[in-house]
Amino acid sequence: MEWETVIGLEVHVQLATKTKIFSAASTAFGAEANTQACAIDLAMPGTLPVANKQAFHYAVMFGLAIDAEIGKRSVFERKNYFYPDLPKGYQTTQLALPIVGPGHIDIELDGGEQKRVRIHHAHLEEDAGKSLHENFQGMSGIDLNRAGTPLIEVVSEPDMRSSEEAVAFARKLHSIVTSIGICDGAMSQGSMRFDVNISVRPKGQEKLGTRTETKNLNSYRFMEACIAQEVARQIDCLEKGEEIRQETRLYDGDTHKAKPMRSKEEANDYRYFPCPDLLPVVIDDDFIAAARAALPELLDARSARFESDYGLSAYDAGILCTDHPTANFFEATAKSCDDAKLSANWLMGDVSAKLNAEEKKLADSPISPEQLGGLIARIKDNTITTKIAKQVFEFMWAGEGDADAIIESKGLKPTGSGDLEKMVDEIIANNAKQVANYQAADESKRPKMLGFFVGQVMKASKGQANPQQLNQLLKAKLDG
Amino acid sequence: MELKTIENLAKLARIHINDETLAETAKSITEVLALVGQLQAADTDNIQPMAHPLDAVQRLREDVVTETDQHASFQAIAPATENNLYLVPKVIG
Repeated sequence: MEWETVIGLEVHVQLATKTKIFSAASTAFGAEANTQACAIDLAMPGTLPVANKQAFHYAVMFGLAIDAEIGKRSVFERKNYFYPDLPKGYQTTQLALPIVGPGHIDIELDGGEQKRVRIHHAHLEEDAGKSLHENFQGMSGIDLNRAGTPLIEVVSEPDMRSSEEAVAFARKLHSIVTSIGICDGAMSQGSMRFDVNISVRPKGQEKLGTRTETKNLNSYRFMEACIAQEVARQIDCLEKGEEIRQETRLYDGDTHKAKPMRSKEEANDYRYFPCPDLLPVVIDDDFIAAARAALPELLDARSARFESDYGLSAYDAGILCTDHPTANFFEATAKSCDDAKLSANWLMGDVSAKLNAEEKKLADSPISPEQLGGLIARIKDNTITTKIAKQVFEFMWAGEGDADAIIESKGLKPTGSGDLEKMVDEIIANNAKQVANYQAADESKRPKMLGFFVGQVMKASKGQANPQQLNQLLKAKLDG
Repeated sequence: MELKTIENLAKLARIHINDETLAETAKSITEVLALVGQLQAADTDNIQPMAHPLDAVQRLREDVVTETDQHASFQAIAPATENNLYLVPKVIG
């Protein structure tokens, strides 16, 4: 039987606020354990939460970025469960009235195809602390620095049909939240964490199969591996005539295996109810307008602008708009040399190849956009050939200065027109037979025969002659 | 209310109910549920659930760090700590 995979994602995105969602304790990463957990985060009796305005600002920015309805009246609820890294015994979260309503994210698939993934909603909530299970006198250690860090949980509809689509969605979401500046995107620090809902069904069947949820994925690679494993496991079960148990599974990044954590029967009844400590939050139009004003140009819009303003192909524009730093680099280069196409080619070609080879990010590029533009300008005005430009590029990468200085100091200036003419004359004088053949040949055969002379002069000039100039000169002399 | 349901609820709420009090608890909760049943008879169609008894709106706080590190005083009253961590009975074996 042919099976279809159905995937939905729930993504926890840590917001880049300075303080917690309900307390004024710092959220900075890497502090010594429990030094950033205040009385509110510890759920000391008598404390009351006060909601952080910036967390709402960021959540609304996200909502606008995915074209979603903004929940003008949102309500916090208590999700009750017991775990030592949740001191209150409940997580303050949103359920019926979230801050961000239905929206959508468009993903690009291999082959340039676009797909729309619907977002069910995104809600604000607090993160829990961290449990350390190393042996502390036979006990677990609890660090509550992370407790109360603001999160938005982004819940997608089950619109993805393969691990590739799920990863493309995750990457796109990462690109959106980092480019609008609401999350630092540091996945290794847990700034974005994915829960994946997976089910399979016979191809063509409308009804969804029983799903499982795998939690605790913090890399695209793990996500891909986990989906492949889980899909294979479910298909195997169904083909053996077994039923899929609705359960929550926990992915272990060390063993690369997911284990059942709890089944539906043992599932917590979270006993949600509106949090009496917090009043409903009402967002007015001014608040939404301020969030909209804070939004930078979105990458999709920027990519469309690159197509129309610079005449780039959709493919090139898409690559240059993978993130804002790359797009900025491109625009600065194009501005300094006034040639968008060449700027795009050099950035996606030589610069990108160098960065990959040296495992560097664009931010670490030893060449500035202006320097790259300076090099391209010399290609454009025919001072140097593309071949020579590649040598100049190497020197520039090694930190030997600007293009003009390198061309001068390394003697990479093409043969001057006077020198070139002398060389052409010499070659013509020394190859009387070829000249006679050329001049006797039919007009249509001449261009091919010209190649011989071009080759000879190039050899004599050690590859530094400007091919355009050389062609013109040779034709003028030979065609008489 | 079935005894099994009571046991499950007790487990979720981390409340210990022993066999002697189980039947008594079930009886009490059943009585409470009867009251809830009475309340549920009220027609609530087209009525938005109340999020808070006060008709007021949450004030939001500016995103400025004002809390200072007080872990020493908090940990002084904790049953067990080590390396700045609060120690709790092992959660994962």
